[in-house]
Amino acid sequence: MKTLGIQLDVRYPQFRLAVELDLPLQGVTALFGPSGSGKTTLLRCIAGLERASTGVIRFGETLWQDEAQRVFLPVSKRAIGYVFQEPRLFPHLSVRGNLRYGYTAVAASARNVTFDQVVDILDIHDLLDRRPHQLSGGEQQRVAIGRALLRSPDLLLMDEPLSSLDAARKRDILPFIQRLDTDLHIPIVYVSHSIQEILQLASTLVVLQNGRVVRMGSLSDVLAHPDSRQFIEESHLGAVIETTIEAHDREFGLTQLAFPGGKLFVPYQARPVGARLRVHILARDVSLVTSPPTFHSSVLNILDATVKAIGPVDPAHPFVDIRLDIGCPLLATITRKSLVALGLAPGQRVFAQIKAVALCQDIVE
Amino acid sequence: MSLLATIDWTPVWLTLRLAGVTAGVLLLIGTPIAWWLAYTTSAWKTVVEAVVALPLVLPPTVLGFYLLIALGPEGPIGRLWVGLTGSSLAFSFTGLVIASMLYSLPFVVQPLQGAFEAVGRKPLEAAWSLGASKLKAFVTVASPMALRGYVSAVVLGFAHTLGEFGVVLMVGGNIPGVTKVLSIAIYDHVEALEYTQAHVLSASLLIASFLILAVVYTVNRRLPVHVS
Repeated sequence: MKTLGIQLDVRYPQFRLAVELDLPLQGVTALFGPSGSGKTTLLRCIAGLERASTGVIRFGETLWQDEAQRVFLPVSKRAIGYVFQEPRLFPHLSVRGNLRYGYTAVAASARNVTFDQVVDILDIHDLLDRRPHQLSGGEQQRVAIGRALLRSPDLLLMDEPLSSLDAARKRDILPFIQRLDTDLHIPIVYVSHSIQEILQLASTLVVLQNGRVVRMGSLSDVLAHPDSRQFIEESHLGAVIETTIEAHDREFGLTQLAFPGGKLFVPYQARPVGARLRVHILARDVSLVTSPPTFHSSVLNILDATVKAIGPVDPAHPFVDIRLDIGCPLLATITRKSLVALGLAPGQRVFAQIKAVALCQDIVE
Repeated sequence: MSLLATIDWTPVWLTLRLAGVTAGVLLLIGTPIAWWLAYTTSAWKTVVEAVVALPLVLPPTVLGFYLLIALGPEGPIGRLWVGLTGSSLAFSFTGLVIASMLYSLPFVVQPLQGAFEAVGRKPLEAAWSLGASKLKAFVTVASPMALRGYVSAVVLGFAHTLGEFGVVLMVGGNIPGVTKVLSIAIYDHVEALEYTQAHVLSASLLIASFLILAVVYTVNRRLPVHVS
């Protein structure tokens, strides 16, 4: 598979970004981290909007930048689309003019999307003859996404494209971004400090802190890593599982989800059987017992699990994270006291009681 | 209309021609300067800005004096010009254009620089990311967005040149049909106590200047570019 190879060292008066990464050119790769961690700078370097003094950027076989060889491809020569935090539409052009700006610059044979296709996906047909200032913020950002797509990029870079929008607008636009990946197969690098957006969109997660990459891997690998606690807030820590709706239980108002490790019950979901749902099981909502529950429990979801790894034990901290295998990864947070009481060790069979399951699709800040 | 018949209109046409040529050439020269000033991070920016703004504060006679020396047959520019063309720059229409360009430079550069700064880097980055070269981004994005700046620059450059006096007097002298512009003609009339002619020319300049400025402000308000 083609990858985006990045080795950068950029120094600013107050800040240094030094990263080495091989990003998959497939699906949505999220760059996550607190403000000032270097996410946006990294994205701007990929685009060529910033120039690192020391750096190599390789897109598949194509060299975009290699300072040792004095190679630096300007932004306009890199096959990227860039969606900024603000829409940045051209005020002197109509929506149609904005959309066609990059579109007409690409030879018809080199286009990987058509004008109508993008207008359809983003549902902006009624806006085409308007001026940018006549659009709402959400509409402007949709047009900005369309404009970037119509440039026929091989890679779409998005810098917190939803950060300037309210919750309702975010909910409107997120599905459009999901469709870019599923319908158009354009790889996306997505900068965000919102775990909710990432849970819904990302397949790969890169965590940045103080200009360094501290974690990288598949979304679930990073969020369910037993040693991620120092980088990921406790309220975000936990496995992400892809499930399919298997059945609805209308009498009790429940929906049954199937995943590689078994079944989960969640409150009723108004989606057809067979629909796919991504769920997030927070580590703090998972508790462990060592013997099969022989009595009845009010916890509906109890799964057979094997201990895979035990996170670092920090004497200053009462909690420890346990990585489990339930047919897919699962993370549980327990106290150090329980760890000793249960005598947990890798390879041991336990039962995971899941008190709550969060649905990624429904989460919006 | 015997009154208007007694007026020599040659200085008026000469002045319009001078102002037109000056504004036109200044637009060509001032745009890259303004562009550079708007986007550079160079330490030289403040120096260049100060030089561009000098004509705003210097007495025109000072500017004119140095120009006379530079453009005269013994001056560095004047000698080169004589060598190239065989004629002198001082007391010629070309010399007058050069002098007017310096004199009106800030009136062209400053509105353009302000307009480019208002456009900022963000729309340019968007244009580049859509595959536009730097030149294409300048022509198709920055310039239309800075349209008001262009209108202000041309009109202010033109109007300011219309009214120049001191610099022209020093560099151009008072040669009828060649360097005798409107303001100097008015001065001559006053000196000769020909108040009627001075009144007609002064009133024309006053009204024309007012109309030009009124048009600029109106046009600026109605240009179809909403930058926010």
